[in-house]
Amino acid sequence: MNETVQPGFVPIEALTGPRGREYWRSLDDRDAAYTPEENEQFSEEGVAVSEASRRRFLSLMAGSLALAGVTGCTRQPTETILPYVDPPENVIPGKPKYYATAAPVNGVAEGVIVESHLGRPTKVEGNPDHPANLGATSVHSQACLMDLYDPDRSREILKLGVPQTWDAFQIAWEHAIGPLAARNGAGFRILTETIVSPTLGAQIQALLKKYPGAQWHQYDPAGSHSARAASMAAFGKSINTYYNFATADIVLSLDADFLACGRASTRYAHDFAARRRQGDRLDMNRLYVVESTMTATGGKADHRLGLPYSQIEAFAAELASQLSIPGGASGSQYGFWTTRVARDLQAHKGASVVITGEHQSPAVHAYVHAINETLGNVGKTVIYTAPLEEQPVDQIASLRQLVDDMKAGRVEVLLILGGNPVYNAPVDFQFADALNHVKTSIHTGLHFNETALKTTWHLPETHFLEDWGDARAFDGTVSITQPLIAPLYDGSHSQLQLLDALIAFPGRTPYEIVRSYWGANSGAGNFEQWWRKSVHDGMIANSALPAITLAVAKNVVRTAAAAAPNDSSMEISFRPDVYMYDGRFANNMWLQELPHPMTKLTWDNAIYLSPNTAAHLGFENQQHVELQLHGRTVWGSVWILPGQPDSTATVELGWGRWHSGRAGNGAGFNAYAVRTSDALWSANGVQFRKLANPYPLASTQMQQYMEGRQVIIENTVDYYKRNPGFVPKAEHEPEENLTLYPHWDYRGYAWSMNIDLTACVNCQACVVACQAENNIAVVGKEQVLARRAMHWLRIDTYYKGVPGNPTAHYAPIPCMQCENAPCELVCPVQATNHSKDGLNDMIYNRCVGTRYCSNNCPWKVRRFNFLLFQDWTTETWKMQRNPDVSVRSRGVMEKCTYCVQRIREAEITSQDENRFIRDGEVKTACQQACPTQAIVFGDKNNPNNRVSKLKAEKLNYHMFAELNTRPRTSYLAELRNPNPEFEPGAAS
Amino acid sequence: MSDASTYGMVAEFDDPTKLVEAAREMRKLGYRKMEAYSPYPIKDLHEIIPVINWVPAICFLGGLSGSIIAWSMEYYIAAIDYPINVGGRPLYSWPSFIPILFELTVLLAGCSAFFAVLGLSGFPRVHFPLFNLPQFADATSSRMFLCIEKTDPIYDSDLTAKFMRELEPVGVWEVSDE
Amino acid sequence: MMAPVEERQRHAARELDPNNPLPVVAPSTTFETVSEQISSIVLTRKTPLFWWCCFGFGIFLLIWFAIAVTYLLGKGVGIWGIEIPNGWGFAITNFVWWIGIGHAGTLISAILLLLNQSWRNSINRFAEAMTIFAVMCAGLFPLLHLGRSWIFYWVFPYPNTMTVQPNFRSPLVWDVFAVSTYFTISVLFWYLGMIPDLAMFRDRAVERWKKAIYGIMCFGWRGASHEWKWHQSASLLLAGLATPLVLSVHTVVSFDFTIAILPGWHSTIFPPYFVAGAIYSGFAMVVVLAIPLRSVYGLHNLLTVRHLNNCGKLMLATGLVLAYTYCIEPFTAWYSGNEFEMAVVRNRAFGPQAWSFWGVILLNVIIPQGLWFYKVRVKPQPLFFMGCVVLVGMWLERYMIIVTSLGRDFLPSSWATFVATFWDNATLYGSVGLFITLFMLFVRFLPMVPVAEVRELLPFSKPGGGTEK
Repeated sequence: MNETVQPGFVPIEALTGPRGREYWRSLDDRDAAYTPEENEQFSEEGVAVSEASRRRFLSLMAGSLALAGVTGCTRQPTETILPYVDPPENVIPGKPKYYATAAPVNGVAEGVIVESHLGRPTKVEGNPDHPANLGATSVHSQACLMDLYDPDRSREILKLGVPQTWDAFQIAWEHAIGPLAARNGAGFRILTETIVSPTLGAQIQALLKKYPGAQWHQYDPAGSHSARAASMAAFGKSINTYYNFATADIVLSLDADFLACGRASTRYAHDFAARRRQGDRLDMNRLYVVESTMTATGGKADHRLGLPYSQIEAFAAELASQLSIPGGASGSQYGFWTTRVARDLQAHKGASVVITGEHQSPAVHAYVHAINETLGNVGKTVIYTAPLEEQPVDQIASLRQLVDDMKAGRVEVLLILGGNPVYNAPVDFQFADALNHVKTSIHTGLHFNETALKTTWHLPETHFLEDWGDARAFDGTVSITQPLIAPLYDGSHSQLQLLDALIAFPGRTPYEIVRSYWGANSGAGNFEQWWRKSVHDGMIANSALPAITLAVAKNVVRTAAAAAPNDSSMEISFRPDVYMYDGRFANNMWLQELPHPMTKLTWDNAIYLSPNTAAHLGFENQQHVELQLHGRTVWGSVWILPGQPDSTATVELGWGRWHSGRAGNGAGFNAYAVRTSDALWSANGVQFRKLANPYPLASTQMQQYMEGRQVIIENTVDYYKRNPGFVPKAEHEPEENLTLYPHWDYRGYAWSMNIDLTACVNCQACVVACQAENNIAVVGKEQVLARRAMHWLRIDTYYKGVPGNPTAHYAPIPCMQCENAPCELVCPVQATNHSKDGLNDMIYNRCVGTRYCSNNCPWKVRRFNFLLFQDWTTETWKMQRNPDVSVRSRGVMEKCTYCVQRIREAEITSQDENRFIRDGEVKTACQQACPTQAIVFGDKNNPNNRVSKLKAEKLNYHMFAELNTRPRTSYLAELRNPNPEFEPGAAS
Repeated sequence: MSDASTYGMVAEFDDPTKLVEAAREMRKLGYRKMEAYSPYPIKDLHEIIPVINWVPAICFLGGLSGSIIAWSMEYYIAAIDYPINVGGRPLYSWPSFIPILFELTVLLAGCSAFFAVLGLSGFPRVHFPLFNLPQFADATSSRMFLCIEKTDPIYDSDLTAKFMRELEPVGVWEVSDE
Repeated sequence: MMAPVEERQRHAARELDPNNPLPVVAPSTTFETVSEQISSIVLTRKTPLFWWCCFGFGIFLLIWFAIAVTYLLGKGVGIWGIEIPNGWGFAITNFVWWIGIGHAGTLISAILLLLNQSWRNSINRFAEAMTIFAVMCAGLFPLLHLGRSWIFYWVFPYPNTMTVQPNFRSPLVWDVFAVSTYFTISVLFWYLGMIPDLAMFRDRAVERWKKAIYGIMCFGWRGASHEWKWHQSASLLLAGLATPLVLSVHTVVSFDFTIAILPGWHSTIFPPYFVAGAIYSGFAMVVVLAIPLRSVYGLHNLLTVRHLNNCGKLMLATGLVLAYTYCIEPFTAWYSGNEFEMAVVRNRAFGPQAWSFWGVILLNVIIPQGLWFYKVRVKPQPLFFMGCVVLVGMWLERYMIIVTSLGRDFLPSSWATFVATFWDNATLYGSVGLFITLFMLFVRFLPMVPVAEVRELLPFSKPGGGTEK
């Protein structure tokens, strides 16, 4: 994959003149015969406060050297930033520092703590104090480092592809805006994504104040349009809704994949799993899922019903009528379900949650509001607050108006702050064409993307780890994001900085902007103290938006119900991709290679069809087809997805980018090409035509049935209550010490792991975390197709039951760290053997690569560098690598180490402090990232440790125990809590 | 007639029976320093011209040393020099040591047998008086030769030649070593 | 110089008569004729076109081998079809296959010598040569299949600055010792037997430089009775050592599989199973080589139908042993009641690679039953065909054992089907080229029939056994 650099990408060729360096930070920098002194003189940041000038000098020196090819550089931000812990001010090599900041993912902020080695951010962890994740991380905040260090990031200001300087841009800006200024800026438009940053909002308002005639448009392709519309209908104003699963006994999800993706999924998964574990798992919550495709949440459900997208609304209406809500359409199409669910919900008034997906229709959202109100959940498990957005608008209407004005030539200057409308605007808007009518169009972004190709100007943006800013979390909590590293490319500016420059040239630094905004709005007595605390904590204390109570308008559901579509032809539904989201992460290699939770697909999206539908259409799995929708077509491969409702197709947005970079280009197909403004999330009348040329899909798990083997042991809570010891001892499991060879004696620490299969929701955060922590290579689609993916940790997804509507089971598979390791026995050179604390160590330098160990591993967790998978050349990726973990090269075996580097570090610290390692002091990367705390790691020699207690539980079992490899990794059998009334023959 | 450079008296035969007979006769006559040359092994000659066979003994010693080397090496490396916990097995897991023990035994036994032949036969040999005799070239394909060496105490060129001619050889020559 | 035409016809007529005890060496063969016959091939006669064709073909394949190996070392083993779970593919298959072929030679020269099977004398030389070249080909693959071939020597125990040592519990280390020992002993045995014949070449060669070369090679052999004494006792000892060795080598090779806990590999029947298979393929290779040789070089009087007949019988016998193990494997799986073992049996017979299993049954069990027929055993063409069939079948068997077990082991999530690449095949056929090249060089420059031992077979070779004329 790494070799395929896309032509026409950042035109370095045009720049590397005789004097040009390969790695340079800005045009000024590049053309200057480089000496730090000169840089000190000329660069506009050069006028720095005097005491900082020496540090500035060093940082510039180090930074420029690093980017000239030397790795291990230090690029400290110029302003005072505050370490999360309290090490001395100076950097201790080898000792990482941790800084709190916030990652804006899925449109809202997620509190993170970033590990920084000598000024290089190398790993992202969750912020334990932050409400959005409580210490865990989502897939996206884990992977954000790949965006920061993306070698395809836009590096310099471009005008029609020609490099320009910052000053040149500002002159051009004056020329462009000058004539408009006379007309109060009429003809000047701003297009942004949803803005959840107070400071940025204020900036935009300020700019609009300067040019009253200007207009602000917003568009987010995967935004919560339906929710906004529904709340307008239900409450007459836009509000923000979030849920408290910690107190919910019954959860009904109407097409919401709330555990694995979407806003606040990390927190939701945490709370949800907590309720599945409490009271020795005897008092477990219950999850009903009604959904239009097979999702990780649906696989977790105690009862799952697959319905076409359009029928979800009918289901909601029926349920509403069961709950005797006026306006509920009293049908009995889903009577069996609705009666029982309704009864269950009513039995838990105030302790239940009904949630629906962002992509569901406004009508369903309206029903959900009404149902939650009727059940008295509002204020308890369902919380309403003022909106997170700075300015909630109907984004589709907003964009339509903009496009119309553009076509009518009423737009002369268009400022596109981030986003990629050329790629992801509704296809019927023809945004690209409209852009041709705009004289001056300015695009800012991390990447020189499809939109940048069409605009006259492109300004590179700074990554959030490079600059100051702020953002709101799902509950409104504001985080001030502090940079961990000075911008890698001096050509880049943050949106704040740009807007400030447009308001009053030359503008302040982002630091000053954010600080001054909060200086005015913090309302704190001692601002300096407040500032230091807020920055240090990674969030502003109790800045969460207060809960508000509202009454659902009476006629809302009736009006909504009228809009129920009624078409019998085949239906397609769109949804943002679990990893690509709306396409902004397309060039993120970690996410590209991260297996999709249910299909295990990498590097591609697919057209999901149910087994029946596929059979009916005569499609094999991976059949390459042309998808036709109202005259528009895209090409994609079919993936037969168990649990997909019949005669429906589901496609994920965010793929098929043609100008995203080396990873994203050409990966998957672009579903936006058939997505129109009137059918944003679903449409009828989709048709397929077989294509001759095959297009294989790279899945990391071809076999998704357990073949009746005792891989995942699962049962219901009731059964567990009746006979707690149900987890069978594996057949032929040998007796302890029934062996000629006495077992090896492990004194001191005995590291081991326990994985709770009930808690795992298959969000894959652990997999990315492992990849980031352990410098795991990305291999690319061809190699994944050749079954050579390198992930040390994988989550196996198995289906059980009828293909039409199966249950899904998830099993994270790290190295089992067997005490009688079969892999070690067969290694001719003892490249893998046991440490004194029972770790199955892998000595890369000693490995000659016989692959015998992998052959002899029953779990096949070992990964081999069949080719040179590791990228040794790309400078920016070198900066990401974890210095505590050796980087493997061609021809050696590698595998999960229980994050041995973390164990050893903890050992050193504890020895310094002359004590034992405390329980929970060592967290493996996967454990730390896991939102549901399904993974517990520790020393099993100490019976008081959490892991020992879990291993003592009756549910504890070892996979393939009969092989007598004595694994250190054990599992807790999966429990579900089905509603007894669903039993056939139970009283209805 | 015979001078210092004489090596011995050689008779050529075209039939193994005659050769064996001749050898037996000459021995009866008291000749001891004799040697027979044939293109293939003739067992009967070994009683007439006795020779001590050291090869089996050398071979056995080689094999024995092989076993000792193998076992001590394996024990020393696995249990003393590099004591590593491999798959929870004991350091001295002797059953796993047997194959290498066997192989090394065979290896050293075989090599010592082979080199024993070379050593005992004085190989490699670049010079040998009989090579001066043109007919001797047939000794490796069809003809047999019997040689009474001059070092034999009762060697007398005329007498020995006379005796040999009575054994109906193809020919008799006195071979000189130069 | 070969027997006159009518003589040969008469000879052939007698050969095809089952009631007639088949002679090991055709009558009318004398010390001189046999010496001339063999030495002329190397020393005087013009190299036949057949030789140039085979040699050229071998070189052609060998060049492919060079290309494949160069690319392999440059790029990595990823150019092959191997992956996780199929960590082993063609390379190990080829290794086991070649090692197996290498067994017939030593078996003929050692075991048959101990059993006093005089008929072995005329075929053992090129059979041993075949062994040595096959082991050479085999030995390459374990090196090539390493992820980092250039540090293969780390598997040897030697004092090193890393102060690390190999793992004597690993079958791969046993392999290293077994194969290298087997190669050494085979070479010594082969060379020891060749010394008298090299001496003959020395004496029969005309050009001085040939005399010199063969003179050096034969160490100055004279054929003195005491030389013969030591020579024979050493041969006997080497035979005695090689006999358990030849059995142990393939046993150790089978340990590569049986020591693993993989279903389909972890089986106690493997050692005898593998040894039988090895001899099976070995004799197949012997007939495949012998039949063209005897007709091209007119060795009918030395490589008689009796040899073909016996090789055929041995193939039949070992083939039946193999058939038995094929039957017993499903039984043990069923009898053990182990779900994984039974799954492997099912997978082999009906899984994605069932073709390999049924191919093995067809090529190794069904077709070779033709060897029950005398005519098939003594007529060159059908026997040659049988040899080829068995060679292919035995390769397929090793392939089947390796990929069907690896591809579907314990955890279904990791299941996958091995798919060979172009480079897999290039290496396999390339190694065949290496073998052909080496063997052709042997035929051209070394005595391919042990003349000294053939002389012993001649009726008048014993004292009192009558005269030549």
